[in-house]
Parts: sequence; structure tokens; C-alpha cells
Amino acid sequence: MKMNRRQFFKIGAAGVSSSGLAMLGFSPREALAEARAFKLARTTETRSTCPYCSVSCGVIMYSLGSGAKNVKGSIIHIEGDPDNPVNRGTLCPKGAGLLDMVKSPNRLKHPEYRAPGSDKWQRITWDEAFERIARLMKDDRDQNFVQSNDKGQVVNRWLSTGFLASSASSNESGYLTHKVIRTLGMVAMDTQARI
Amino acid sequence: MATLQSLDVVERSATTVPTPQARDGVPKLAKLIDVAKCIGCKACQVACSQWNDLSEEVGQNVGVYDNPADLSANTWTLMRFAEQQRADGGLEWLIRKDGCMHCEDPGCLKACPAPGAIVKYANGIVDFISENCIGCGYCIKGCPFDVPRLSERDNKAYKCSLCSDRVAVGLEPACVKTCPTSAIKFGTKDDMLEYGEKRVTQLKERGFQNAGVYDPQGVGGTHVMYVLQHADKPENYVGLPAEPQIASMVGFWKGLSKPWAAALLGLSVLGAFLHYVTHGPNEVDEDHKNGEEV
Repeated sequence: MKMNRRQFFKIGAAGVSSSGLAMLGFSPREALAEARAFKLARTTETRSTCPYCSVSCGVIMYSLGSGAKNVKGSIIHIEGDPDNPVNRGTLCPKGAGLLDMVKSPNRLKHPEYRAPGSDKWQRITWDEAFERIARLMKDDRDQNFVQSNDKGQVVNRWLSTGFLASSASSNESGYLTHKVIRTLGMVAMDTQARI
Repeated sequence: MATLQSLDVVERSATTVPTPQARDGVPKLAKLIDVAKCIGCKACQVACSQWNDLSEEVGQNVGVYDNPADLSANTWTLMRFAEQQRADGGLEWLIRKDGCMHCEDPGCLKACPAPGAIVKYANGIVDFISENCIGCGYCIKGCPFDVPRLSERDNKAYKCSLCSDRVAVGLEPACVKTCPTSAIKFGTKDDMLEYGEKRVTQLKERGFQNAGVYDPQGVGGTHVMYVLQHADKPENYVGLPAEPQIASMVGFWKGLSKPWAAALLGLSVLGAFLHYVTHGPNEVDEDHKNGEEV
């Protein structure tokens, strides 16, 4: 660029005065009304229980959208439930990262079956899974049920099958699990809380 | 502070015009990190990355429990583990949650040349407004705790915002909420100081004679404080400075010289104007009118 002395002085003066004005605080930028928007403002809250360990902390899952017909909801954030007496809002690092489990490509989403001797899992339906569990339980119970002991006393025991219950159950579902298992005569019952 | 965040800004970087503030009843807030209660589980780190939608690359084990190895644009808080030998020969594991201290007199804000890129709210939170960040990295030099980090992706500086978005709607920061041992507490600064003193008394009863609250006055006090078992030796907690201060060069250029330079600049503009008024423009001889050499 070619310029004479006079033009050079003009440009220099303009530069000094504009940067001087900015330095003196006359900058054109306005402060943003809300620099960071609260990301959960219009999400749907759903209570749940952390599935990891037996402590069973309460969590709140925040999902996208209002639940309207045309919206496919999706969980966007999970944090502790402050009203849950177990954890009162706190979560351990695993629980705090629950969203990553929900979104994980390796997450188990349907029943799978591995046949004896096989090295492969095959996908089955829930109906097939329940059918098979019920069939095997019934067969085993019919075969091994102990109605009375040596002295002839009625005991109604089913000793050949055990039941592993969930530790994440509520009081009510724990009560029901217990009732169903004991009604069948099953003695060996444990929960994940013992692990 | 409701969601009127812009109206509760008390300091803006590179801006000399005072920020108008109508409300003066905004309480000062603080986070108190009780190092003696921390078990180093890193739930705060996870909660932070979840809330702020950050995810760090899976890195390498560097031989210590620190994971990731350092703060980054994607890691705004980090557990730093230090093994210290006690006087009686036993080992002591000191675990410090590192991150922005939210200084009352923030060095980053002082050093920042981009108008409005760093703001301090009335409640004490120091926040980076990334839209205005020019990525110069001066905030890193200005910080007495070496906290801000430049992102390699967008070349802007990032650090803990003390979840200003959560605090704005009356919630606690994500790390505070998740902490399973209640090692991180949140409330007004007065309440946190009072709670901290209570914890210090308890620690002293248990034999930690030098226990204390870390609220360094060199930066005007901080809105993130620690309860330390050994407040006489903060440097034992992986580089926590004993007397943090804004670097003298930052203080000189941005503190002392800036108003003088601004005044000088203003005066010379005024002088030039007066000269123009009294003497008028310099008349050029006919011979030199076309920019020819003399």
C-alpha cells in the first residue's frame, strides 16, 4: 500500500483514538441477559433407582420434551433425588455417570439366552424368557418338592431351586417377591444386597 | 440472583465503566471443601462433566491416582492426590479437589483484555463468557492458582463456573449435590466460614493442631474455600499456594499503569484537539501539495 506522510498520520491518529476509546471502556459489547441458560428448565422429571450397587440410591432422570405426541423423549441428564432417604441427592461417581450407561452401545436392552455348551448369546423375546423360566421351575418343583419330613410333619419345602432378588426393589415389591417365593416353598432366597 | 445475570454483574474484564447495580442485598456465596472428609471418589468430577456436557479423552495412567492427569478445557475440577510422610513416620493421604477458587479479586479478570469475557457476579462467582473470549490466554497468566485452560478445539479459555446456571435458579453446584461424604458444602460465605470453623475445632480435638480454613486474603478471600488438616502447610496439598497473589507484572500493567496510560491517552487526545482549535490545521506549501519529496 502506498501512502504519503499525511495519510500515515491520519491512519495512526484514527487507530490510537479508537483503541484508546476501547481502553477507556467505551466498548460496543453488551452484557448477555442470561449467559448460561438452565438446561433442565422444561424437561420431564422421572424418579428411578440407580441400578448399580445394593445401596439403591434414588435418582431423577430429566428427559427432553414435554411428552407431547410428536416428540420422542430422550434422557438428557440424571442426578440424585434429594427426597430419597437413602442418598438425599448424593451419588457416587458411578451413579453420577448413569447417563453414560443409559446411552451406552453395550447396554443390555432385551433378554438373551446362552444354551448349555454354546459360546453364543441369542436374543429371545420376553415371552420366551418367562415361558422357559416358568417351565424349568415347574418341572424342578414337581420333581423335588418335599411335602413332609421323616416324622410325617408337613413342611412343603422346595430345596433344589434358589431365588436371587433385586436389592433395588421398593418395600412393596420386596414384600411381593418374598410372598411369591415362600408360597412356592422355596427356602434359598437372597438379594444382591449381600454381594 | 434470579436469572437477571447481566444485571448482577459487578465486574467485567477490560471495562472501566462501572456496572450499574440496583440490588445490593445479593448474598455472597461460597463452596467449602472439607479435605479431611474427602475420600477421593471423584463423584464431583463425574457430576461436573455430566452437568457441563464435557467429556475428557480416555488417557494414560501416569502412575498416580490423579485421573485425568491435569485440569483441561474439558476437566474443570480434578482430585489431586498427595502422599505425605507424617512426623511419626506414618503416611498421610491428602486429597484436594482442584478447580477455580472464585477469588474476590480475580487475577484472570484483571488480566483479561477482552471486554466482558470474564465477569464477576454480585454473589461472588467469577464466570467466563466464552462468546467474548479471544483466546489470548492472559487469564492463565493472571490466575494465582493455575486454573484456566485453553481449548485446543475452539481456542477459548475454560474453567469451573461454580455452576452459575444452577445457582441462578437457586440450586447448588453439581459437585456439591453429588458428594457422598458431604465433603463439599455450599451456602452463603458467612455460613460456610462458620461451618468451617466448627470443623476446624473438631479436627483440633482429634489432634490436628494446625487445622484451619483456607480463605487466602492475598486475593481478597475466595468463594471456594478449603478446610485443611495442615493449614500451616497448604503447599503439601499438591501445589496449593500459601500466599496466593496476582502476579506482579499483571498487577503492574493492569492495575497501576492502566489508569495512568488511559489518562495520558485522554490528555494527548484533548491536547491534540485544543491544538487544532487554537492553531488550526497545518497549511501545506504549494510545492509539497502532491506529496513530492522536498
